[in-house]
This record gives sequence, C-alpha cells and structure tokens, in this order.
Amino acid sequence: MNAKIRALISEFGRLSVDVATLKNEADLYTAGLTSFASVQLMLGIEDAFDIEFPERMLNRRSFASIAAIEQAVSELLAEAGRDAEAA
Amino acid sequence: MQTQEDYLAGLLEHGLLFSTGVDGLFGRSALFEATVDGLNALVTKHGDGFNAESVTYPPSMSRVDFEKSGYLKSFPGLAGSIHSFAGDDRAHRDLLADLEAKRDWSGRQKITDVVLTPAACYPLYPLAASRGQMPKEGLCFSLCSWCFRHEPSRDPARMQAFRQREYVRMGTAEQVVAFRASCIERGEAIVQLLELPYHLDVANDPFFGRAGKMMANNQRDQKLKFEMLIPITSDEHPTACLSFNYHQDHFGLAWGIKTADGEVAHTACVGFGMERITLALFRHHGFELANWPAGVRQALAL
Repeated sequence: MNAKIRALISEFGRLSVDVATLKNEADLYTAGLTSFASVQLMLGIEDAFDIEFPERMLNRRSFASIAAIEQAVSELLAEAGRDAEAA
Repeated sequence: MQTQEDYLAGLLEHGLLFSTGVDGLFGRSALFEATVDGLNALVTKHGDGFNAESVTYPPSMSRVDFEKSGYLKSFPGLAGSIHSFAGDDRAHRDLLADLEAKRDWSGRQKITDVVLTPAACYPLYPLAASRGQMPKEGLCFSLCSWCFRHEPSRDPARMQAFRQREYVRMGTAEQVVAFRASCIERGEAIVQLLELPYHLDVANDPFFGRAGKMMANNQRDQKLKFEMLIPITSDEHPTACLSFNYHQDHFGLAWGIKTADGEVAHTACVGFGMERITLALFRHHGFELANWPAGVRQALAL
C-alpha cells in the first residue's frame, strides 16, 4: 500500500521534491502539496483504492503525510471488511 | 426579525429597489446609490495608509484569464459566461423561429472571449504578473467592480449582480498577513461608525462538490477566511458583509506573481459587499433617511 500511495502522490501531489526522498512521516504540505493538489490526490486515492473518504476525513490532517494517508486508507478498508495488506 | 420576503417587500414599497422580475437582480434608487457612494468614500478614507493604486475594470473579464484563475474548479455553478450569436442569415432565421416557438435558443449561441467578473480582484492578478518582480514593499491595489454570481435567491442580501469594493495586497506571506489584520481593524472601525451590530467569524467559500468539502475544511482549519457578519434578514444566519481573505500562494502560483526576492507572491484581500452593507443600514436604521442616527448620516455624508 505504501508504494501505491507514493505513486499516487507522485502523480497528483505536484510536490517540489521527489516522493522517494520523503520519509513516511514527512509533512507533505512542507514538501509543496497545495490545497488544490491535496484535493486531486484525495480523489486519486479514492479511485485507486475504490473507497470514499467520509466527511470527517476530508481535511488537511488526513493527507498531511504518507503515514497519515496510509492510516486513513487502512481504516476505510477495514470498515469495508477488506484486507489492507492486499490493497 | 423580518423575514427575507418582508424585508424585500419593504425595500420595493419604499422605492429603494426596483424589481426586474428576476430574483437577485434589482434597479437601485437615488438614495440607495447615494448610500453606496457615501460608503465607498468612507472605505477610501479608511484605506488611506495603504497607498493603494486604484484600478478600474468593466464588470467583465477575459475568459482565458478566468479559466486560468481556477474559478471553474471551485465555483462552476456561480460562473457567468457570455455567449453570443455568430451565425449567418439562415442561422439567424432558425434563431428567430426558436424564439417565436418559445424553444430553447441558447444552442445557437457561441461562447465569447468574455465572462462576467465573479469577484472584483480577479482581473487584477494578470495585471500584477505582467509587471514582473514587485518592489520590496510589495503591491496594494484598490478596486470597485460590479460582480456576478449565478445564485438566484429571494433574499435581497444575496443578489446575482452586486458591487464589491476591495483592497488587494501582494507580497511576502508576512506582508499580506499583516495587511489582513489591519483590514479587520479598519473594517470594524467602519462598521462601528455605521452603528451596525456585527461579529467576526471564521468562514469558508462555497466550494463545489466533495472536493469542495475538503477545500472548505482546509480553508477553515487554516483560518484563511474571516467574515464580518451583520444580521439583515435573519438573526440566526447573519449576512457576510465584509470578508478578509488570505489566498496564500494560490494566485501567485497561478499567475507567476513574484516578490522582490523572486519568490512566489502571497496575496490577501478585503472585500466590502456594498449592497449588503447598504441593505444592513436600511434594515437597522429604517427605510427613511430622516430617521437615521446623525452620526451615521455624517459618516456617509448623507
């Protein structure tokens, strides 16, 4: 899942640095993620994992780092009874 | 508190607004306009120290610039694009036949190079970008423009065509954040002079769709927008009459606006809803100017 999320950030995040150089906990906004790009990333993640972020997760914190995104996606997959490892 | 319908009826009865038959589109009386003029002069007086360059645009802007601004990403349903007929004689006959038969004739039009200005500052950013790197102290502009938003409503305080007076600051994050704080102080001073009840609150723009929900949450989390709210047609849902917006580097990035150091410029603006403040004055001080507090009349030179 980590690699898939990194690929999506690379595709939608328009970061000012290479995603490969970022630690899982690194602040994506500091790395250049804009408000608009974070929305595109959110929609890209929804498509890729076939999930829908509920309103409570539609905020900056959910997309602040690779780890935060992983956590949010895992939570939604678990709620849907799907295996996070397989995603 | 009067309802929207009651207040609208009062404005029409007292001849302050004239109906056009379309919700949110009104004619204005001489007194209404004199009040707007007085308010405009008061805002100018309070913006004295900004050393702002005054720029005036027609109530329409370049469609290409509008598209580049990202407005359609965030507010597709509010946008007003201008379409016009560009056919030959035969196509003209077809157009008139559609009109005669009361059929939809809009398909016979083509989009033009012009859209209606959605907010006074939109045509300003390409101008600022075209001037290249800004001086160390940054830039400040003063504008007033008719704006259009497609949101027909029976609430007279939610018009489709209205005037927005703005000061727009461009520069470093520190410069524009300090400017916004100063605008809030000045805005409060103005509203106090006008003896209107108000409170300040964090706000968000009405961004479209699910993506918009996230934009709105982000905007609130970061306190990018404050509004000065004044009750007009509801105590429970007071109307945003002034707004104080920090755009971060949104417009700077979109337009390549650069600070003196070559960094992407940050921008902020304060917007005065001229019709809304005027409506608040008639709501709180009455439809008859003679009954208004002397201090308010003096402040507006009425």
